[in-house]
Amino acid sequence: MKRLAWMAATLMFCAGVARADALLINGAGATFPFPLYSKWFSEYNKLHPNERFNYQSIGSGGGVKQITEKTVDFGASDAPMTDAELARAPGVVHIPTVLGSVAVVYNGAPAGLKLTPEVLADIFHGTITHWNDPKLQAIPGQPKLPDIAITVVHRSDGSGTTAVFTDYLAKVSPAWKTSVGVGKAVKWPGGLGGKGNEGVTGSVKSTPGSIGYVELAYARQNALTMAALENADGKFVLPSIESTSAAAAGVPIPADFRVSITNAKGKDAYPISAFTYILVHKAQPDAAKGKAIGRFLWWAIHDGQKLAGPLDYAPLPKPVVTKVEAALRTITVGGKSVIASN
Amino acid sequence: MSPAAATTSRHAHTGDRAFAVGLTLLGGSVLFVVGVIVLVCARLSAPAFAKLGFFHFLAGTDWNPVEDSFGALPFVYGTLVTSAVAIVLAMPVAIGLALFLTEMSPARVRHVVSFFVEILAAIPSVVFGLWGLLVLVPILRDVVEPALGRWFGFVPLFSGAPLGIGFLPAGIVLAIMILPTIASVTIEVLRTMPAALREGALALGATRWEAIRAVVLPYARRGILGAVILGLGRALGETMAVTMLIGNQPEIHGSLFAAGYSLPAVIANEFAEASGAIHTGALAGLALVLFGVTLMLSAAARLLVRLSARRAVTT
Repeated sequence: MKRLAWMAATLMFCAGVARADALLINGAGATFPFPLYSKWFSEYNKLHPNERFNYQSIGSGGGVKQITEKTVDFGASDAPMTDAELARAPGVVHIPTVLGSVAVVYNGAPAGLKLTPEVLADIFHGTITHWNDPKLQAIPGQPKLPDIAITVVHRSDGSGTTAVFTDYLAKVSPAWKTSVGVGKAVKWPGGLGGKGNEGVTGSVKSTPGSIGYVELAYARQNALTMAALENADGKFVLPSIESTSAAAAGVPIPADFRVSITNAKGKDAYPISAFTYILVHKAQPDAAKGKAIGRFLWWAIHDGQKLAGPLDYAPLPKPVVTKVEAALRTITVGGKSVIASN
Repeated sequence: MSPAAATTSRHAHTGDRAFAVGLTLLGGSVLFVVGVIVLVCARLSAPAFAKLGFFHFLAGTDWNPVEDSFGALPFVYGTLVTSAVAIVLAMPVAIGLALFLTEMSPARVRHVVSFFVEILAAIPSVVFGLWGLLVLVPILRDVVEPALGRWFGFVPLFSGAPLGIGFLPAGIVLAIMILPTIASVTIEVLRTMPAALREGALALGATRWEAIRAVVLPYARRGILGAVILGLGRALGETMAVTMLIGNQPEIHGSLFAAGYSLPAVIANEFAEASGAIHTGALAGLALVLFGVTLMLSAAARLLVRLSARRAVTT
């Protein structure tokens, strides 16, 4: 009997400790920012040992689905939610966390390749089939290109990278807009499909004469040769952390941050860039969790930005940070802003 | 009968009955699981069938997620072509291997080779895919496909630009993957053959080859076909290795050098980020189609076994 009482007491003690110890916040969504988010969560956990973040990188579509059904505390998506999606999830706010860009990578042509938007669209359309095509060679400052066939490599799995890339092509090429369109998965006019960034990287590396698109981080970490693209100001720009951040500075940002920043203005802007978002409900149901999420996001858009560069993500430009601060102040618990209450 | 014996026998009866009920439940659970899978796929795919029409979906060749236009044919074609290549390449090697190991090789060699065959079966498919992409594809692109094109280019099967990626590498890697399945089942089948049959043939003056052809193979025919069906099942459903090698382009080409797509590959690729009920539904519809294709092929194989067994009896 005595032993039973002891055991019961120990159990209650343990349960009490566990509850006080860990506030578990669940999130799910985009795979693209996953390496940065895991770094953020582990660094943030060192500062706030009582708050643990659990993030499942199940894809942007899953992130939107789960935050709509409120099965997670926050979602994450590379693409902003559409009006239809937002109608099903009223009160969800988009919090841009960092920027990413899509690099055009190639194999078999000399380094220093320059591409205009029209030529890039023609290559992915399959109307330019050889590297020494006059249209390609005529670009000023182009290195001498070889007479080999172009093999186009695209993503075969549904992905935010494809959505950003096709969004750019549709903006710069009316023919692309009508014949292929924009989406996470589209009907490609030709070429080979690689599964994931690693599949495209593998195919590009092993196929002479190939051209494909991958996330900037992936292109840098695998030392792929990247093409410079002509931006809206007529300048040829290589993808980099700086040129990606510059793209966000060249577009008027609406209050809900749902904006495409492809083909942005600004002489340093890289044209295939995009925000990635964390999605949260404006009115937080749980006081402790709501405050913790608010505090974390505030940290992420300030101190957290310093961790972005080393992992090849582009930090938010200053004016955008100011706007995101305002958005974070609109997150409330019981009608009170989670930020002001800190 | 003594009272004691009656009790134990009644006891044994209840035990038997419980055992029978238990086994029936276990056996039935397989049907239950299959039924639930079909039901869920059917429910998921209902919106797609309603919009596209079932037969239009089956026979359609267009796959355009942006415009919600979906057809299953290129995927069915890719699945069948890669599996056919795999069976054609793997079957003779696997059966030859099994015959060598059971009929000719010394016991030591048999143990070593059987061990490696089992190792082959344990390699994860993503490793096969990577090996295919990094080793096989360059060899096919630079050596094998140009040579095939030069000598057999007049056959549509070997025409077109040698990309290295496409039906051919997917089929070859599938062949390697199903080889251990076919070989090890065939070995077991040959082992069950009574030694007296083989010895009888040899005693009648048959050479080793004649004994294998006239006695061993006819005896084992059913079992070997069963082994091939198992291998075919694995080839039809393989996802990872195929998607890494087939090129993932939903098109129907006569050439083995061209890029294509398979049913499991497109489901794995697009399901996670499918946009909307029609797209998700079309992918669930493809799962049903894959189910149907597997079912029809194994039914056909069973029919083949039955027919060949009847012929074996009459001759």
